[in-house]
Amino acid sequence: MGEALLTQKLVGDRLELVAGGSWTAPYAGELETEIDRVAGGPSGAKSTKTTDVSIDMGGVRELDTFGAWLLERLTRQWTGAGRDAVVVGLPQHGADLVEEMHGVNREPPPPAPRHNPIVSVLAAIGRGTTGFAGSFHTFAQMLGETGLAAARVLVRPSEYRLTSTVHQFDRVALQAVPIIALITFLIGAILAQQGIFHFRKFGAELYAVDLVGILVLREIGVLIVAIMVAGRSGSSYTAELGSMKMREEIDALRTMGFDPVEVLVLPRIIVLVLALPALTFLGSMAALYGGGIVAWLYGGMSPDIYIARLTDAISLTHFKVGMIKAPFMGLVIGLVACAEGLRVKGSAESLGIQTTKSVVESIFMVIVLDGLFAIFFASIGM
Amino acid sequence: MSETPPVIKVRDLVVGFGTQTVLDHLDMDVRPSEILGVVGASGAGKSVLLRTIIGLIPRREGSIEVLGKDLDRVDENERRALERRWGVLFQQGALFSSLTVKQNVQFPMRENLDISQRLMDEMAYAKLELVGLSPRDGEKFPSELSGGMTKRVALARALALDPEIVFLDEPTSGLDPISAGDFDELIRTLQQTLEITVFMVTHDLESLYNACDRIAVLADGKVAAEGTISVMLESQHPWVKMYFQGKRGSSLADRELTQ
Ligand SMILES: Nc1ncnc2c1ncn2[C@@H]1O[C@H](COP(=O)(O)OP(=O)(O)OP(=O)(O)O)[C@@H](O)[C@H]1O
Ligand SMILES: [Mg+2]
Repeated sequence: MGEALLTQKLVGDRLELVAGGSWTAPYAGELETEIDRVAGGPSGAKSTKTTDVSIDMGGVRELDTFGAWLLERLTRQWTGAGRDAVVVGLPQHGADLVEEMHGVNREPPPPAPRHNPIVSVLAAIGRGTTGFAGSFHTFAQMLGETGLAAARVLVRPSEYRLTSTVHQFDRVALQAVPIIALITFLIGAILAQQGIFHFRKFGAELYAVDLVGILVLREIGVLIVAIMVAGRSGSSYTAELGSMKMREEIDALRTMGFDPVEVLVLPRIIVLVLALPALTFLGSMAALYGGGIVAWLYGGMSPDIYIARLTDAISLTHFKVGMIKAPFMGLVIGLVACAEGLRVKGSAESLGIQTTKSVVESIFMVIVLDGLFAIFFASIGM
Repeated sequence: MSETPPVIKVRDLVVGFGTQTVLDHLDMDVRPSEILGVVGASGAGKSVLLRTIIGLIPRREGSIEVLGKDLDRVDENERRALERRWGVLFQQGALFSSLTVKQNVQFPMRENLDISQRLMDEMAYAKLELVGLSPRDGEKFPSELSGGMTKRVALARALALDPEIVFLDEPTSGLDPISAGDFDELIRTLQQTLEITVFMVTHDLESLYNACDRIAVLADGKVAAEGTISVMLESQHPWVKMYFQGKRGSSLADRELTQ
């Protein structure tokens, strides 16, 4: 450091430049400023006073590709204007390096893609719309393919991948039990507390039990479980399938004559269809249990009264409504997760985007489905 | 040459995974400005050795000195400074999938140098041209590249900061013979012009003949033989014999001799 990288001297109509110091990557920033100053200066490449330039590289201690390129850029300023640039004093290996750099950057760089703000906004809207339509399309396609694969498996049950199913069931259902039980327990407790607190004003605390019972069995149990499973297992399905797609594992399966939907998607979806009712049942029980505990400790309702009131308030219908919905929600979550997983492109970023989409879309679909079921059950009087 | 201290000095290195010992009391020197070819059977531990030297795999015993610094005794800052002085080409390329080719090459520059965007662009295109790619490939994403292009971009990225040492893990595998030959020549040119030291893992006999100054053979967790190609041809070690004097090896050796 401290040494001048480039000094200039005018000898007649000849510009003499003397280089020194280290022409290497760490000094490239400074060096570039120097070079632009000299070349664009009063006696630089554009001036009419000087005819040619000589650059003495003898004092340069180190030279790397950064320095060599900048030297090349410097000489091109003059040669480009049809004048002479002479480089002297380069050591042998430096000369080789400059020779290497001589050929590069001859073509103009490819134009950076232009962005018209209005066009890009319109393009983004268009992409969003077709993306939305595309999501539905892939969802429908996945539904069809899974249905086909399921039909094939029904014809030849021996081809079904049982090991994979058992493994997935362990991950999706059994390992989810503690967290699902805990969360639904807390939700049940909160519902009971809120019910008792507000109904107490009318002296109708007992109805809090109706509230907890009906709400949990019909709606909250299955919804909370579905949302948990979408976040927990749906996202992992998408990430798994997506990274398999990225590493060409899916293509490999296909070339070996396997149908990826049959091998990877079908077992996962079947597992979800089985796991959701099981987890919903468990979650509903945990929520009722949580409600009972709060009713007892906070509402002063003995367990006997709670249970008696509960049996009065709820019927098998409420329970059935919740349980009927569960497998469909499992199906939707599985389809969305797998479809989004298979849409992953080459980059890590796209894996992230698709995983986010998978969770958001499946939760959205679960809630829409729940609404449709509500209309359906209302019209058949359940 | 042997008086100058080695650029990489590995002593008594033991590396293993679980119950498996991959490298077993291995010693190795890499001399300044040489191209060292590391060969060995698949699974012999070449990649593991490379990854251990650059500090990605923990070692059980032994010491590693790179550019005169003991890797156990450097602090965080020294280590980062050291990492800036080497470039690595991983066996699988390891390009950043969400950046374009140009951005991949510029990534180390952007992080470590204070230079203008214009110079960064020019340098990125220059490096791409050096490794035989055209500037038009700069806007592509890694998933849109062929296998050989991936290797080239990875090399360009490894060379982005003009490192003093480059570690190459099978740079020519997956390239057609002509490109592989160009690659060898390129590495030779770079080594001569930039005076870099090259640590190259390879299976490519052509590369060993054309590019490497010295060869180290890895077998049974140790360096079983090291030296120039003629030393290898005379070695009595069974694996080395098979490798260099087998069908493919000897035809190359004959050709080399007749030239
Ligand atoms: N992360 C890891 N965990 C466990 N074992 C590993 C790991 N990485 C490598 N190994 C084992 O270490 C041994 C050496 O592997 P390495 O990748 O170094 O082979 P290689 O010599 O580079 O082979 P190739 O020429 O095929 O690339 C192998 O037996 C491998 O299974
Ligand atoms: Mg390897």
